[in-house]
Amino acid sequence: MKKKNKLVNYDKYGYLFVAPFIIAFLVFQLYPIIYTFELSFTDLSGWETKLNFIGFKNYINILNNEFFTKAFINTWIIWIINFIPQISLALLLASWFTNNRLKIKAQGLFKVAFYMPNIITAASVALLFYSLFSYPLGPINQLLINFGILQEPYDFFRSKLATRLIVAFIQFWMWYGNTFIILSAGILGINPNLYEAAMVDGATDRQMFWKITLPLLRPIMIYVLVTSLIGGMQMFDIPYLITNGKGNPDYAVDTMTMFIYKQAFLGSRNYYIAATASVLLLIIILIFSVIIFKSLGEKKEKRVGVR
Amino acid sequence: MDKSKKYSFKKILIYLVCVVLLIASVMPFWILFVNGTRSTEQIQQGFSLIPSRFLNYNYKVLVGRGFNIFNGFKNSFIIALSTTILSLYFSALTAYGLVIYDFKLKNVVFALVAFILMVPGQISMIGFYQLVLRAGLTDSYIPLIFPAIAAPATVFFIRQYLIGSFPKELVQAARIDGASELGIFHKIALPILKPALATMGIFTFVTSWNNFLMPLMLISEEKKFTLPMLVQMLRTDIYRTEYGGIYLGITMTIVPLLIVYLILSRYIIAGVALGSIKE
Repeated sequence: MKKKNKLVNYDKYGYLFVAPFIIAFLVFQLYPIIYTFELSFTDLSGWETKLNFIGFKNYINILNNEFFTKAFINTWIIWIINFIPQISLALLLASWFTNNRLKIKAQGLFKVAFYMPNIITAASVALLFYSLFSYPLGPINQLLINFGILQEPYDFFRSKLATRLIVAFIQFWMWYGNTFIILSAGILGINPNLYEAAMVDGATDRQMFWKITLPLLRPIMIYVLVTSLIGGMQMFDIPYLITNGKGNPDYAVDTMTMFIYKQAFLGSRNYYIAATASVLLLIIILIFSVIIFKSLGEKKEKRVGVR
Repeated sequence: MDKSKKYSFKKILIYLVCVVLLIASVMPFWILFVNGTRSTEQIQQGFSLIPSRFLNYNYKVLVGRGFNIFNGFKNSFIIALSTTILSLYFSALTAYGLVIYDFKLKNVVFALVAFILMVPGQISMIGFYQLVLRAGLTDSYIPLIFPAIAAPATVFFIRQYLIGSFPKELVQAARIDGASELGIFHKIALPILKPALATMGIFTFVTSWNNFLMPLMLISEEKKFTLPMLVQMLRTDIYRTEYGGIYLGITMTIVPLLIVYLILSRYIIAGVALGSIKE
């Protein structure tokens, strides 16, 4: 009897242990989210502090806002042209590095090098690439002229396509190493007996990749896809700094988060537009995460073999 | 015979791809370092991979125009270190609470942790800014540091680690010896958690160190600028024609992180791999 009482008492300590987390969550995360929702139904701007509720007007207006639509499309374009090559290269590298027949050497060195760009401050990386591609005498222009590829310097940051490609390339360059390491770990988690049995049966590398690796890697692929999408939809540092906050030329690399930032903190400080865009960004991310889970993750039992 | 020949050809191709990627990873940084040691005239005259002797000159140009990098280091370091300590301590506390005790709302709390993992941070930034503004805490580091107390990914990671490598019997034994609940956490659980804390600590520190958007939103006093904000200043007109200085400025923001990375790379890469498997 006494012992039981004691146990119950101990378990109440659980609340004490999780209390700081819960309080910090409520104050710093939940409340700001609810507050953002609330602001999206007001016309708060400038240094005003009183909230006027105006219903769904902001949501109707923002869908007609040319800059928001542009930012939405840009974010998707940049994410897609970065993600497709990124996951393809990462998969290829992961399948090479984990292949027992190939026995690739110096894996540690390559991994350290491939992951390196990911750890460096994105702000510094943005400015570095801005300097490399600068006009007229940046190193890339000098090299292209030296090799005879260009006759005269090319102003990359005046071309919509070039600017988008540069931003997408930086994202690709910073993230393929991360994706590659995650996929490698996923492949190493697959039961090695499956590969041994396949090899005994005379399967080729290609067959093993398509029939064993890819299907069993599905949960990890979903994880990579969803985290990359969430990160990609929030892209800010690189496009912001490479265009000095403007998103030019012709707003080609103006992303959704840049739109939110500029609405809230520049000019007339339209918090109501920024808040509305934030809510839409959340909805977009949730919808696509659910779609990805539903369309790729239906066979839950496939997790066998992945530790 | 034929097959092994095919394999060696494939291997050469693979090494070639890997070396190209390795160069692609290193080269931009090398060009950056080299140009940081060259004069603006040299940089404009042509491309070079060999360092020159204008490092000192470029540094003087930067300092002369008010580029106070050491202040930026100090500010970023204070924020990143405080964030890391708070995040690790309270995440460990939360994870320990979730693993050791069977309280009624335990599953609710756990579901909450899993849910926040999915909600991207940028979503609440407008509400967060308004909250900070009304609390009169703009230009303070408090809103940059204290949200770290609720770090769901770290809680998740430490919880997995506790489940895997913390024998619950230790808690019972310590209770019999008369230890307090918090005492048990401090003296027994925290030391066992060290490897997990180290892994998450590196990532928390680097993420905070690299954070640009939040300080950009909240800090306007130049004295309090963090490192990524100083990088942004290199983009302003003050430095427009000083290419050597700009390259050196970027170099200085990168080098400390690069050194730390090269020392800890093995743990960092292992941490990336672990984080995904544990999901």
